Amino acid sequence: MAVMIWSGLLIYWANDVYKIGWGDKTILKFFPDTFYKALNIPFRLAEGMSLHFIFMWIFTVNGLIYFLYLLFSKEWKLILPNKHSLKEAWLVVLHDLHIKKGVPPQKKYNAAQRIAYTGVIVMGFAMILTGLAIYKPAQLYWLCAMLGGYEWARAEHFIITVLLVLFFVVHVLQVTVAGWNNFRGMVSGFEVVKDTPAQAERSSQNNNINNPLVNNHTDDVQN
Amino acid sequence: MMYKTEKAVSEKYLRKKTIISFVFFFLFTAGVVFAWNRLQHQPKDKGALVPLRKGLDANEWVFAHIFNNNHLTKSYSKNLAAPRARVNGDAGLNGTADTANWKLQLIRKPGDTLFISLAEIKTLPKTEIIFDFKCIEGWSQITHWGGVRFSDFVNKYGLSQQSRMSYAGLATPDKQYYVGIDMASMLHPQTILCYEMNGKPLPMNQGYPLRLIIPVKYGVKHLKRIGTLFFDNNRPKDYWYEQGYDYYCGL
Repeated sequence: MAVMIWSGLLIYWANDVYKIGWGDKTILKFFPDTFYKALNIPFRLAEGMSLHFIFMWIFTVNGLIYFLYLLFSKEWKLILPNKHSLKEAWLVVLHDLHIKKGVPPQKKYNAAQRIAYTGVIVMGFAMILTGLAIYKPAQLYWLCAMLGGYEWARAEHFIITVLLVLFFVVHVLQVTVAGWNNFRGMVSGFEVVKDTPAQAERSSQNNNINNPLVNNHTDDVQN
Repeated sequence: MMYKTEKAVSEKYLRKKTIISFVFFFLFTAGVVFAWNRLQHQPKDKGALVPLRKGLDANEWVFAHIFNNNHLTKSYSKNLAAPRARVNGDAGLNGTADTANWKLQLIRKPGDTLFISLAEIKTLPKTEIIFDFKCIEGWSQITHWGGVRFSDFVNKYGLSQQSRMSYAGLATPDKQYYVGIDMASMLHPQTILCYEMNGKPLPMNQGYPLRLIIPVKYGVKHLKRIGTLFFDNNRPKDYWYEQGYDYYCGL
């Protein structure tokens, strides 16, 4: 993913036409010259393309494996938003911004996470499709046409990249805020649930050690 | 059924599990960083790092196999064509070229060269194409061209044997710009030996008198001012390939 974005920048530099603004007014140009210079991006189009067209396979295969895993492990039920998600996600936003107290309901992922993570998977697929449309606009002419033509497909590919980067920024911030137990959960796949004092007392009576509870988060996956 | 997912574990067990997880996590991260650094220090083949060059060639193998001559680049109506097509490069067009006495050198095989004038080429049926010309830099422009379909040219000059070879090679008269193109793409019905732009003879900076228009390739392959045309089973040399770009450049 990082390589795809980096090589994408090397390619984009050669025709950097996108900006936010209207008429002659530009609010934000993608990208300022200082940005390119700082990262040593100019005149590396060939390198960018070769990286992009090799790591695209890794990106695609990795994404497909993850998608199939979700599908067959039934974990997709934890990620796909349900009918309550929109309302609950708003509560999550209010909670995370410290506007409202009280923790919204959640299983492995809360409603905001469900929407965000499903969105990222959809964007991943969209990256592959828009990418293919730019890569082979003649052989895949129907795909290119479906996405609004070559130039639109290129713009869509760019916009989704920006969205993915924004997701990543928020994601990292959230992980930083959430703390160690959450990060351990991301890496190891389990989450530690500390005993309530009552339980702790009971378990220490039973075997004289303090027993944390490990939650593998499959409780709500039902067969 | 419900899975039992919560279980009481000892601190020791927890520590062990955590350490194992993070060892794998760091090993994986270190492996990725190591591999990336190794890649940067690989030797180069024609301007591209060897593993990347191999990857590009593997991509060519994949996409040349699914290449289909019936898949056409979208065409547009004439009024959408740019009145002046963008000029992006002049390699091979510098210096004094004797365009008045120009003839296409068609090398059918070593020692068997035909010299063909523009007038002779114009006797073949004219094919026009208005398509979105795509530059490898990322921009594109709808442009309008006219000329002779390459497959018509092949039939006219009895090149059936040559057209079974793997590549066609083209070069400007001064040999300063040169491309190699796989035969399947050359025989694509939208590939033309072009002598007109917007219904008028090609401007000098668009490669007068004859250039290649090949919509299934990036602009780098649309060689301006064809001097020689030849055939080969090995890759003919290619200007931008030598600068680290993909040889195939197929769209």
